[in-house]
Amino acid sequence: MQNLYLTIVLAPLFGAIVAGLFGRFISRSVAHGVTIAGVALSTVLSLYVFKHIAIDGGEIFNGTVYTWMVSDGIRFEVGFLIDPLSAMMMAVVTFVSLMVHIYTIGYMHDDPGYKRFFSYISLFTFSMLMLVMSNNFLQLFFGWEAVGLVSYLLIGFWYKRPSAIFANLKAFLVNRVGDFGFLLGIAAVLMYFNSLDYADVFKAAPLMADMTIQVIPGIEWSLMTVICILLFIGAMGKSAQVPLHVWLPDSMEGPTPISALIHAATMVTAGIFMVARMSPLYELSTTALGVVLVIGAITALFMGILGIIQNDIKRVVAYSTLSQLGYMTVALGASAYAAGVFHLMTHAFFKALLFLAAGSVIIGMHHEQDIRKMGGIRKYMPITYWTMLIGSLALIGFPGFAGFFSKDAIIEAVHLSSTPGAGFAYFAVLIGVFITAFYSFRMFFLVFHGKERMDEHTREHLHETPWVVTGPLIALAIPSIFIGALYIGPMLFGDFFQGAIHVSQERDVLALLGENFHGWFGFVLHGLVAPAFYLAAAGVGAAWFLYLKRPDIPEMIRGRAGLLYSILDRKYGFDDFNDKVIAAGSRALGRLLWQVGDVKVIDGLIVNGAAKSVGWFSGVVRYVQTGFLYHYAFAMFVGLFVLIALFVF
Amino acid sequence: MSFELPLLSLVVWTPIIGGLLVLAIGSGKHVLEARVVALLVALFTFVISIPLYVLFDTTTHQMQFVELYPWIERFNINYHLGVDGISMPLIILTTFTTVLVVLAGWEVIQYKPAQYMAAFLIMEGLMNGVFAALDGMLFYVFWEALLIPMFVVIGIWGGPRRVYATIKFFLYTFLGSVFMLVSLIYMYFQADSFAILDFHALKLGMTAQILIFLAFLLAFAVKVPMWPVHTWLPDAHVEAPTGGSVILAAIMLKLGAYGFLRFSLPMVPDASRELDWLMIMLSLIAVVYIGFVALVQKDMKKLVAYSSISHMGFVTLGFFIAFTIFENTGSWKGAAMGIEGGIVQMISHGFISGAMFLCIGVLYDRVHSREIAAYGGVTNTMPAFAAFAVLFAMANSGLPGTSGFVGEFMVILSAFKADFWIAFVAALTLIVGAAYTLWMVKRVFFGEVANDNVAKLKDINAREFVILSTLAAAVLFFGIYPAPLLEVMGASVQHLLEHIAQSKL
Repeated sequence: MQNLYLTIVLAPLFGAIVAGLFGRFISRSVAHGVTIAGVALSTVLSLYVFKHIAIDGGEIFNGTVYTWMVSDGIRFEVGFLIDPLSAMMMAVVTFVSLMVHIYTIGYMHDDPGYKRFFSYISLFTFSMLMLVMSNNFLQLFFGWEAVGLVSYLLIGFWYKRPSAIFANLKAFLVNRVGDFGFLLGIAAVLMYFNSLDYADVFKAAPLMADMTIQVIPGIEWSLMTVICILLFIGAMGKSAQVPLHVWLPDSMEGPTPISALIHAATMVTAGIFMVARMSPLYELSTTALGVVLVIGAITALFMGILGIIQNDIKRVVAYSTLSQLGYMTVALGASAYAAGVFHLMTHAFFKALLFLAAGSVIIGMHHEQDIRKMGGIRKYMPITYWTMLIGSLALIGFPGFAGFFSKDAIIEAVHLSSTPGAGFAYFAVLIGVFITAFYSFRMFFLVFHGKERMDEHTREHLHETPWVVTGPLIALAIPSIFIGALYIGPMLFGDFFQGAIHVSQERDVLALLGENFHGWFGFVLHGLVAPAFYLAAAGVGAAWFLYLKRPDIPEMIRGRAGLLYSILDRKYGFDDFNDKVIAAGSRALGRLLWQVGDVKVIDGLIVNGAAKSVGWFSGVVRYVQTGFLYHYAFAMFVGLFVLIALFVF
Repeated sequence: MSFELPLLSLVVWTPIIGGLLVLAIGSGKHVLEARVVALLVALFTFVISIPLYVLFDTTTHQMQFVELYPWIERFNINYHLGVDGISMPLIILTTFTTVLVVLAGWEVIQYKPAQYMAAFLIMEGLMNGVFAALDGMLFYVFWEALLIPMFVVIGIWGGPRRVYATIKFFLYTFLGSVFMLVSLIYMYFQADSFAILDFHALKLGMTAQILIFLAFLLAFAVKVPMWPVHTWLPDAHVEAPTGGSVILAAIMLKLGAYGFLRFSLPMVPDASRELDWLMIMLSLIAVVYIGFVALVQKDMKKLVAYSSISHMGFVTLGFFIAFTIFENTGSWKGAAMGIEGGIVQMISHGFISGAMFLCIGVLYDRVHSREIAAYGGVTNTMPAFAAFAVLFAMANSGLPGTSGFVGEFMVILSAFKADFWIAFVAALTLIVGAAYTLWMVKRVFFGEVANDNVAKLKDINAREFVILSTLAAAVLFFGIYPAPLLEVMGASVQHLLEHIAQSKL
């Protein structure tokens, strides 16, 4: 089996190397041919692995590929752990990646960096697979940073644009803040478990449950809480949780296919995956779970609100991604890991769909992204319209669509949860449903319905995009409808994960929920009478009323609620704070240490000062050497007199 | 081991004699011949250094390839060479880097090229001598002799402020080493020998140990360099020609760190334990303080110079964290990882800083400016070069998969065992290091073409491509598979740890 897994990982890497390093020797079609072939091979094999491990209950694989190094008696290894959790992630990652590869042929058709782009997305696929297939913390961190690197390269893909190269630097640095915590978490794991292997760590974890350490002298903290929170800081960076979310909206500077692949479907869910993978550790710390829950709830609610005032089609979708990541995090905090991962899966399909559909609109509109300049596109782009509608319905959790099952499960789970902060989280995710429906359909109506607000030239050229674009939309629309109904039973209430996710008895809200679960259809029927459904319906209705029926009202509200609007417009001030306090502060500190510390004190006072004082001293001593014989004779005479005096007395 | 060749003498003297030969050839008009001979000598030296790795016995901490001949019998000074798992990788790093430096100066240096090449070859021999010497006096001779060719390189081929820089460089380092000489002589009177291994075994009182430690500290801290005796380095780098910077960053800084391992720790372990807080503090200041200083540099070379100081902070931190680990956990477990991490960081920094300075050299050769503001959008005109630069920048930021990650990772893991807050401060480099490196990359490489100079840039030629891709291969190899390096040093580091765990009082 190991060769199979190696092939899954290395096939995209091979494609990336060919397209990247030998790009100048091969044609465009060879570049996309070889990368697509590599990813397609990975996809087919991953689907096979998914069937073998997750559906047929095949044997879980846990093996070493090679020993990275041995230091101090500890073996650091590169290896794979293939259980249902990683098998599911592999299937999702490779499938979405394949769709995005195909879509890219159409989207990047006129771009001079065509081959480079294919190289990057294949490299991303490799890195992401390394991350999810890892059986140890070291390789996890490798994949973690490698996807960060590719994200950096892709956000800055159009490296001439000032906004793009600002955004990619910001993304990398904010992620590094998360990784900073993550690395310390890994160091803590190594210190107390003497191993970075998942299996060893998870086995030993329960024995450490009551251990306390003093990070700040005098205050005892539970070891597990410290480890889990440090690791979660990493997840906050990668999965864009408040306050480390600031990079994700700006990452939309990258080409749309990667917004779909990296900044919606896969990479940003790495943090969710990681916490689910670490469930045996998180289950040992109620405090850490509480932190996860509250951070997730804040992200879910407040980032959703920002989606309402965005006018860039991609940014609306980006804020919805932030908000949905918050939902997943809430699920993790409520110990409903399976629900979080389930939402991760459904979200990967419908959010990739939404982004690619938005990209299709952008192609049709000749790279115009402002939804105020769209409207009535429905009749020009029917396939895009219908697939976007499916994606939006899935996103708002319309009963029967994929997102409904996963999101409703999260809401119900939080309702039952007793983790600290669950009350607030329940409130946040419920309000979030209304807000999600509102901004999603605000965008949907503004783009596809109503008056045609684009200029004449654009309208004349407006038509449906080619099949390489619409094909992936349709391929993603299918799971966006069905995947929820198909997998809610096994994944949430069955034995799908076979021990890959560990939940302690007293916190197992999904088990409680499962008692009332009677098949997916019953779940839909129950959903129709639950508050979430009415909130979603209200959201769609409000969007319809305010943006199609009475578009004058939003204008009026904006005029009246100036302060509120400006708070939202400044995104609660996170960016301003980071720019003016953290970035500017760091530069000021650097200048201070340099100009005062190095130049003035060390060089000016000590180094050159020492040189000057030597000069000064020699200047003084020089006066002694007058060159007059009688001066020297006098000095000799005095010296002789002193010596004699010393000897005699 | 059945070979008879004195391999270490060969790697020390071949380049020195070769360098003199190059001088002799190149003094006339035979410039090309001089270059070819220089390259051949460098390549030959590299080739004969490879058996040091291939034939190396990784199971023992004993000195290998030992050569011992009396030199000055009256003072019991011997020509005594040998390597263990700590010094051997450094010798190979030296012979490897010298080949690249000779290539890098190929057509760039037009003023007295033969003398330039000769200086680097002689320097190579002397550096190998420092790493291989097992006699204190021999070590000292190589150590001091090394200043001369570097002084010459900066002084003759340097920039406009080269006189200030050379004198600062010379006085700083010379001041440090004088104190080392006094310590060596003191220990000679105690041990009646200059053999380094005898010094290791020598019993010393606490006061003597502290004084010797401080003397060594001054000598080695200047070379590393550690805060606050670091200010010569940015000046020296800025004025040095590209090759000088590469050797300075890749090898010469390692001499100081090597000194801590070969002299301070094993010779005066009790003083090291007593003063380890000072070393940790200075190392952390280097990592963070210097990181922030690097952030605001306007000159690329200065930025990379400061970045070097910051990265070398990890080396000294890894070396001196051992005692705190023992005090706080009651066991030496984890200490070896710190020392090994420090050594890995030394090797890796040799590749990465060398590569960064070579990259700056590539730009400087074309535009004749080191100012960040003089560039912008270089990717547009030099895409292949930009790819290399981004790779090395990522390595400099410690990205996993590159060698830059391995050492920092190990030192942070080790530091965590000693104290959460030490690891916390050290790990800040993840953020600060990425910030200063990638911000520079953004301003130099990304964006629209900034000016006519950038618009006229030509992408790297075959020679530059060979140099950069060799370094890229090394950086990636040790990032993906550092095991061979760790295997070589394992036994020696373990022995060193056992040795310093014993009190000498």
